[in-house]
Amino acid sequence: MTTLLEMRDITKTFPGVKALDNVNLKVTEGEIHALVGENGAGKSTLMKVLSGVYPQGTYDGDIHYDGQVARFGGIADSEALGIIIIHQELALVPLLSIAENLFVGNECASKGVMNWPETFRRTEALLKKVGLKEAPATPVDRLGVGKQQLVEIAKALSKDVRLLILDEPTAALSESDSQALLDLLLELKAEGVTSIIISHKLNEVRRVADTITVIRDGATVSTLDARTESITEDRIVRDMVGRDMSQRYPERERRAGDMLMEVQGWNVWHPEHATRQMIKDINFHVRAGEVVGIAGLMGAGRTELAMSLFGRSYGQNISGTVKLKGQAVDTSTVAAAIRSGLAYVTEDRKELGLVLEDTIQRNITLANLRDVSSSGVINEAEETKVAERYRKAMNIRTPSVFQKVMNLSGGNQQKVVLSKWLFAGPEVLILDEPTRGIDVGAKFEIYGIINALSAQGKGVVMISSEMPELLGMSDRIYVMNEGRFVGELDASEASQERIMSFIVTD
Amino acid sequence: MTDTTQGERATQPNMGAYLLGHLREYGLLFALIAIMLFFEVVTDGTLLRPVNITNLFLQNSYIIIMALGMLIVIVGGHIDLSVGSVMGFVGALAAVMIVNLDVPVAITIPVCLVVGGLIGAAQGYWVAYWNIPSFIVTLAGMLVFRGLSLWLLEGQSVGPFPRSFQLLSTGFIPDVFGVGRPNATALAVGVIAACAIVYLGMRKRARNMAYGIEDEPLSFFVVRNAIVAGALLFVIYKLSTFRGLPNVLVTMGLLTIVYAFITEQTTIGRRVYALGGNVKAAKLSGIPTERLTFLTFVNMGVLAALAGLIFAARLNTATPKAGFAVELDVIAAVFIGGASMSGGVGKIVGAVIGAFIMGVMNNGMSIMGIGIDYQQVIKGMVLLAAVIFDVYNKQKQR
Repeated sequence: MTTLLEMRDITKTFPGVKALDNVNLKVTEGEIHALVGENGAGKSTLMKVLSGVYPQGTYDGDIHYDGQVARFGGIADSEALGIIIIHQELALVPLLSIAENLFVGNECASKGVMNWPETFRRTEALLKKVGLKEAPATPVDRLGVGKQQLVEIAKALSKDVRLLILDEPTAALSESDSQALLDLLLELKAEGVTSIIISHKLNEVRRVADTITVIRDGATVSTLDARTESITEDRIVRDMVGRDMSQRYPERERRAGDMLMEVQGWNVWHPEHATRQMIKDINFHVRAGEVVGIAGLMGAGRTELAMSLFGRSYGQNISGTVKLKGQAVDTSTVAAAIRSGLAYVTEDRKELGLVLEDTIQRNITLANLRDVSSSGVINEAEETKVAERYRKAMNIRTPSVFQKVMNLSGGNQQKVVLSKWLFAGPEVLILDEPTRGIDVGAKFEIYGIINALSAQGKGVVMISSEMPELLGMSDRIYVMNEGRFVGELDASEASQERIMSFIVTD
Repeated sequence: MTDTTQGERATQPNMGAYLLGHLREYGLLFALIAIMLFFEVVTDGTLLRPVNITNLFLQNSYIIIMALGMLIVIVGGHIDLSVGSVMGFVGALAAVMIVNLDVPVAITIPVCLVVGGLIGAAQGYWVAYWNIPSFIVTLAGMLVFRGLSLWLLEGQSVGPFPRSFQLLSTGFIPDVFGVGRPNATALAVGVIAACAIVYLGMRKRARNMAYGIEDEPLSFFVVRNAIVAGALLFVIYKLSTFRGLPNVLVTMGLLTIVYAFITEQTTIGRRVYALGGNVKAAKLSGIPTERLTFLTFVNMGVLAALAGLIFAARLNTATPKAGFAVELDVIAAVFIGGASMSGGVGKIVGAVIGAFIMGVMNNGMSIMGIGIDYQQVIKGMVLLAAVIFDVYNKQKQR
């Protein structure tokens, strides 16, 4: 087994900050190498150094690739040697076809004139290789995220990839899409492609990785060989956070109080296709102090349900009633839903949850400006006091509440979104994937916040694609499939197998 | 974690770092002062003569008034290309009503402002409720109202206006103390305004200190306030030795204060910034984004109408060419003032200073006798430089 890549003593400083401090990474030819660490640990920076996004000279240290010292002046240089990086935010052109996307910048053409038959022939061969059954002419925006990810991999294969780098490839994928992707990685490995995978999902890392390198605060903490020793998730977590995490889910006294919210006969149709029913006759309830989980596959309609409840932000022809404490309430607009006591923490905090250019303070008060103003004039001193209160209560790590939220890490951004909705004073919070893309330490803190809400007698509805999290946090779990609730389980009887069996036997 | 350490450094009371972080705000003010000093020297002191300062305000008032509305539209994530035409159309309407139809001035002015609001509403409706890009809607509006003013004036200039209407632009606040020159009323207003600026600044600083959130070094605070108050007193003194405070200066000053207050201190202002920063997040926070967008255009229409009245009053005639290409000066002023094309960023004070920078350059270059050809080139370069400076700053901060 030969060493394909060795990064030695990589140090990268940004003005005032050492993002990487003598990081070492050694990747053997033909292995799957996992790179794990908390958000902000420096994983993405390291990969940007490797792929030439940060060119030679902007960092210290050496890159040895395939037995030679590599000097990359840009992405083109690293790609020429077969190092291909697939970023977390996919870089596809939505309105172009699969075939056009695969060969963008690398077209099959002679003297600038496209050779379409050749393009399509090669596209079909590549799609077959990654197991994607779509016509080459299909526009990419008609594909789901999982399939788009496969197109990205096919694109990498078209460039004769030797070292494939995937940054959080399964973060937005459903369970089954993730499995398919990981299987594909194993197949590519059998064909001799070396991969580096960055992931927060430790079960996936354990499943595919041959070697695991843990990075913390810009430095290599450990390199674990999964082929020679059995590595537990606890072991990895310990290295990531630098301490023992005895429990992944904080304890909470479980007691369900009075009936808080009831949803009856909820029906929603697709916003563009009036004949497509997205939510079908859903009934559910939440009691005071209860954490209710909603399980389901990607596309089951969980987000659509939540957004349609929250001020009809999704869909059309919505029917059904929402009762809070026995009274039917108005949820016809977002403002009315907030007044009635609902809050919705979106799954997409950057797109839908935050004004990134604004400060922490301004984001926290945005949904409830009334409480920091009188007759329309904002009392900024009061506003700062409120923001400071949440900064302390939520442990938002920032030097001041006047920091722009775009400068915060994912976990801290999520705490800002949660603060915003807590300040709006809701009775029931709907949390949509509250820990997506957040590191282990911040996850634990967010679970603590959820437990504190339940202790105050609030109702929490939690939508999550991570089954262990649902099982660890919920008092009761509804299982959703194709727009309907197909099962309900008490925490005591719930398990991953039982949830899946509701879905597959539906 | 990396972000946190970066932020902590920024908050340390390091004067160099502070200046770097706020280069844009100080830079704008110093740029205006530098440009004024430059032209003062090359025009042998003509620029800052009392009569020329008075002229500067009269010449640029309508641009500044429209820049206030344009800033809000741009912060909200849109643009309004029709303001020049709307301004011309309303001026034409006023001329036809007053000169041709003998409608009293006191009725004409409110009617014209309402018409401006309706024009804004007609355009804002399509932008806000139909999601049609504002660039296209207002481009259409630009053509429509240019055509309508031609039609209204039948291709002719209409004037002159009665004295009461001209006062809107060329009138001066009479000296209540009866001193004559220097005009005591103007001086009193100047001193009060300078004191108010310093007092409000100190109050804000004291409050921020109490919360431990003040990061401007004391020396910066003192120098900045001294410059602003000094410049204000200087200008007012110059004005008082000529004919006193022009009516438009008072209108403009009051509107600037009102709009600065609305954008910075009120919930509606805050919501416009959120709307421009991230419309989806704003909507999911319970903000009525459509209505707010609609209102920014109504407001723009009213201000464009006011600008049209002032412009017509100054020329003492309404011409079919009035307001031609003015929208570009207004938009340039807002961007020079630091607003972002993508919305959510920008300040009223910045837009006003941006408009003054444009105005002083126009005025100074004209006094120097630079041809209109070179003037356009230089103005274009200044706009580009200001925006490049912004983008460069932003990249460096990352």
